[in-house]
Amino acid sequence: MAVVDPRGLRPSHTFPAHVLAEIHRAADQGVYEIRGFGTKRPLPGFDDLVFLGASMSRYPLEGYRERCDTGVTLGTRFASRPIELKIPITIAGMSFGALGANAKEAIGRACTAMGTSSTTGDGGMTEEERQSSETLVYQVLPSRYGMNPDDLRRADAIEIVVGQGAKPGGGGVLLGQKITERVAGMRDLPEGIDQRSACRHPDWTGPDDLAIKIQELREITGWEKPVYVKIGASRPTYDVALAVKAGADVIVLDGMQGGTAATQDVFIEHVGIPTLPALRQAVEALQALDVHREVQLVVSGGIRSGADVAKALAMGADAVSIGSAAMVALGCNKAVHVEDYQAIGTEPGYCHHCHTGRCPVGVTTQDPVLEARLRPEQGARWLRNYLTAMILELQTIARANGKSHVLNLEPEDMAALTVEAAAMAGIPLAGTSWIPGKG
Amino acid sequence: MNTVSLSLTSVRELNEQLRGAPDAGSAPGWRVTDPKGAHAVAAGLTGHVQVQIDGHVGYYCAGMNQHAAITVDGHCGTGVAENMMSGIVRIRGNASQSAGASGHGGMLVIEGNAGPRCGISMKGIDIVVGGKTGHMSGFMAQSGNLVICGDAGHDLGDSIYEAVIYVGGSAASLGADCVEKEMTPKHRSRLQDLLSRAGMERDLDRFRRFGSARKLYHFHVDHADSY
Repeated sequence: MAVVDPRGLRPSHTFPAHVLAEIHRAADQGVYEIRGFGTKRPLPGFDDLVFLGASMSRYPLEGYRERCDTGVTLGTRFASRPIELKIPITIAGMSFGALGANAKEAIGRACTAMGTSSTTGDGGMTEEERQSSETLVYQVLPSRYGMNPDDLRRADAIEIVVGQGAKPGGGGVLLGQKITERVAGMRDLPEGIDQRSACRHPDWTGPDDLAIKIQELREITGWEKPVYVKIGASRPTYDVALAVKAGADVIVLDGMQGGTAATQDVFIEHVGIPTLPALRQAVEALQALDVHREVQLVVSGGIRSGADVAKALAMGADAVSIGSAAMVALGCNKAVHVEDYQAIGTEPGYCHHCHTGRCPVGVTTQDPVLEARLRPEQGARWLRNYLTAMILELQTIARANGKSHVLNLEPEDMAALTVEAAAMAGIPLAGTSWIPGKG
Repeated sequence: MNTVSLSLTSVRELNEQLRGAPDAGSAPGWRVTDPKGAHAVAAGLTGHVQVQIDGHVGYYCAGMNQHAAITVDGHCGTGVAENMMSGIVRIRGNASQSAGASGHGGMLVIEGNAGPRCGISMKGIDIVVGGKTGHMSGFMAQSGNLVICGDAGHDLGDSIYEAVIYVGGSAASLGADCVEKEMTPKHRSRLQDLLSRAGMERDLDRFRRFGSARKLYHFHVDHADSY
């Protein structure tokens, strides 16, 4: 039962405690807040959708016996060597620098064990990462930190990063405290300085240029590797169509809930659109061009469970990508080393202090003492367990809807719980056949 | 000399032949004719081959070059020698925007003029431009040397890190955190070496040196108007 203050103290809705604290901080420091993790505001999302399950008109599959396949192939459009994944969950690009080497190795090992891919990030490819991850996607980012044609050729796919869901239109920041000698060396920059990654590519602007850039990358890699184009969710209808026109094999769409290692809070919370409407718009754009499933769609931003994966696939994605959730599986925000959370001004469950380099659980740090808290073997086991659980959840839902392959899930299997979600996802409001905006 | 006409051979076939070619020395060089503005010509070469291209090329000629010596007897489009790692690329004519973008090593020589953003994001490459450059050249340049024998356009060296820029003419304006620095005997010597390797003779006394003021290396509220 809520306690009523006898003095009648009433918090302001416009100025709640966290807003007051932020104004006080800004007045004190004169600079915007930079932080990691992703958006913290409530947003319409996959929780606002439910599956209908089987009934008289749909036959379910036996939950523990009948096959429900999960394999996907990415890059079938132009590449001579598409990527074969055993599960439709990949690991998103996260840089060595933002993450420590142990975290990158743990991710690589888990991906190899599960038959899926991991992705490099700003700063280039590390040897540990290449050795541990059997299927590795190499990002070509605006900064071109660590960009190397030898690494390009030994990657399994290439991902041209146009934008990121946490900050579409912005480049990254890696604050000086995380720039060790090794990180600085890989990026050709002095040790200890704040590194601001560029927001635009240095040698192309616009979709016509991008088509030529993709041609160059294919020439350099013998037309073997799938070329992904990653976009932040801002104008998916146009961006997806332009990426298709430019020659992408795969489009990676990162919604507003996607994470970051360090960006302005105002960017994270106020730029871009949520994953739910972005995914619908992207699928519609692919369908309008008659390339849905020919150009594969990987969606990321707020994927946490097998249910989220199932809903993304049912809306038309070919696979999903996780970043923040993978970090949580490695121990992010776990209630251990609590005193170290408190030392950087936070608590387990609230931490978004990736930018400080003082990660209490050793995931987003270059500090040798902190990093030693995450052993690659242990981290790989945790992430493998988590991915396994997600796949079991995904198959549970797929079988309940009568699907023998998870890619057979479809919009008709779902209903929306809110008017907003119905409008954004293009899924009928539960108990009706009504999709706002469609009659 | 092996001669390949791009009227008869595709860029893809040409690049495969060049990548499979034995290193120069006893091996003959390559002559490419009729490029007609084709993109990605001689991109991604990895060996010590010598390639002469007769005519104008499109985007990303000699992109990500490793070891090869490539000469373009003509003009070139956007991003010539982008992300070049080593070797030497020489353009007898003019180069469009983003020449040598994010180059990690080797030398890019542009005997004519270069467009905007020449040397953008450069990471160790040496670039020598015989003529002038467009705006925002040396933007976010991290390391290496950019020699501009003529005039530099607006916002030279904006947000520059540790790269060094030499300008023989005038600079229309300097970008954020870019300042003029003393031309020491050490820098004169380096400039002379760069010009010699580029095959250019210039009066060293005309050149000025520019680099980073290093005021933006860490955020400081008093520099907020520069961000």
